[in-house]
Amino acid sequence: MAKSNKKYAFFLGCIAPLRYPGIEKSTRVVFEALGVELVEFEDASCCPAPGVIRAFNKKTWLAAAARNLAIAEKMGLEILTICNGCYGSLYDAAHELNNDKKLLAEVNEILAEIGMEYKGTTNVKHFAEVLYKEVGIEAIKAKITKPLDYKIATFYGCHFLKPSKIKDLDDPENPHMLDDLVEATGAKSVPRKQKTMCCGAGGGVRAGFPETATKFTLTNLENMKVSGAEFIVDVCPFCHLQFDAGQKGTGYAIPVLHLSQLYGLAMGMDAKALGVANHVTPVKL
Amino acid sequence: MASPNTEFMDEIAAYGGGEVKMCFQCGTCTASCPSGKLTSYRTRKLMRQAQLGLKEEAIGGEDLWQCTTCYACQERCPRGVPVVDIVIALRNIAVAEGHMFEAHKKTADALSKYGHAVSINDKVKKDRKDLGLPEIPPTVLANPKAKQDLDKILTITGFDKITG
Ligand code: SF4
Ligand code: SF4
Repeated sequence: MAKSNKKYAFFLGCIAPLRYPGIEKSTRVVFEALGVELVEFEDASCCPAPGVIRAFNKKTWLAAAARNLAIAEKMGLEILTICNGCYGSLYDAAHELNNDKKLLAEVNEILAEIGMEYKGTTNVKHFAEVLYKEVGIEAIKAKITKPLDYKIATFYGCHFLKPSKIKDLDDPENPHMLDDLVEATGAKSVPRKQKTMCCGAGGGVRAGFPETATKFTLTNLENMKVSGAEFIVDVCPFCHLQFDAGQKGTGYAIPVLHLSQLYGLAMGMDAKALGVANHVTPVKL
Repeated sequence: MASPNTEFMDEIAAYGGGEVKMCFQCGTCTASCPSGKLTSYRTRKLMRQAQLGLKEEAIGGEDLWQCTTCYACQERCPRGVPVVDIVIALRNIAVAEGHMFEAHKKTADALSKYGHAVSINDKVKKDRKDLGLPEIPPTVLANPKAKQDLDKILTITGFDKITG
């Protein structure tokens, strides 16, 4: 059975609610089915994005992230993210602030201007980590009513497991967590070359140098095609965007699902209600 | 022979990239870098420019912005150099000195305007409604007071200088 006492502040981020609302919706219904309560995280902003906003002005990034962390602290809840960027950003910011009293005091001087304070106690989790470690593969399997027989290319992205020095979730060079999570549905994770290569979108590259981002994506797509994968399953709306929208015009057409959408399908939920019809690369089930 | 330039390294350190001094130029980062295989960006070279105080070379061009912050290099660096922290520090210096690409300015502008890195539009509002979600997510987008708080943070920290 899923642990029913699990409760998280549900951090939406930007790309999920504003570009792939199906990911937000799927996460809500899947976690409800698994007995995990996602509490509305009101008034949150962008995490802010680690590769762009942090790269432009680190002080802004840290203070705005601290504001988000402080809201969750007041709720008395850990944060659950559905995006590697949000996870990377908030996890890093919490790691810096929760372990450095001087830095925390500096940031609190800024937060005081808006009548807020961050005490340095918020924990940040990735939804796939919560599925794997808190809910557990067996509890997930118990909820699968429509086992899937797809061949899947799992896509971990970068900021879920790395930097592993401060995260320690899985082996960053040869991870298995997402493969295990995918295979809980009956689907098969197929091996491929350069499995942990970046999608190409991060660090402002998709915005600033889209042709570079596309080259990353093409390398990944070719490896996926050769592997015989029928679907790409990701754990990040930004990787999702890069593969789904970025695939247009490349000649490839491998449908892309966020893990929450895959789970919704395997739990027998209506594909339309999971938002897969809104993807750029058509999802044929 | 070129020698280390501590002035620039001190500047980088002020932005959290002090450990650039640990780099002993083995090139493992470049060999691990997906961007280096596809662009003219070379990670080891950037670290060297940072150490030698070749500031304009390090922050003035496109190469610095070809890093996706994927951490492949950092995971493998035998000296434990936090390469991404150094890239972020160099980008902060670049932006502070006026080196910023138009596309990145747009992302910065989106944060000031919406409190998010992307805009909200009618298409997504409709998609959200069709999925049974509130048209506007319950974030700063739904609460002007929360947005004002965020705006204040952006102003106090000088983010307004790079937007608008
Ligand atoms: S791998 Fe580390 S030590 Fe080697 S060149 Fe790159 S940053 Fe320097
Ligand atoms: S983090 Fe940047 S420099 Fe390092 S391997 Fe990835 S793209 Fe290359």
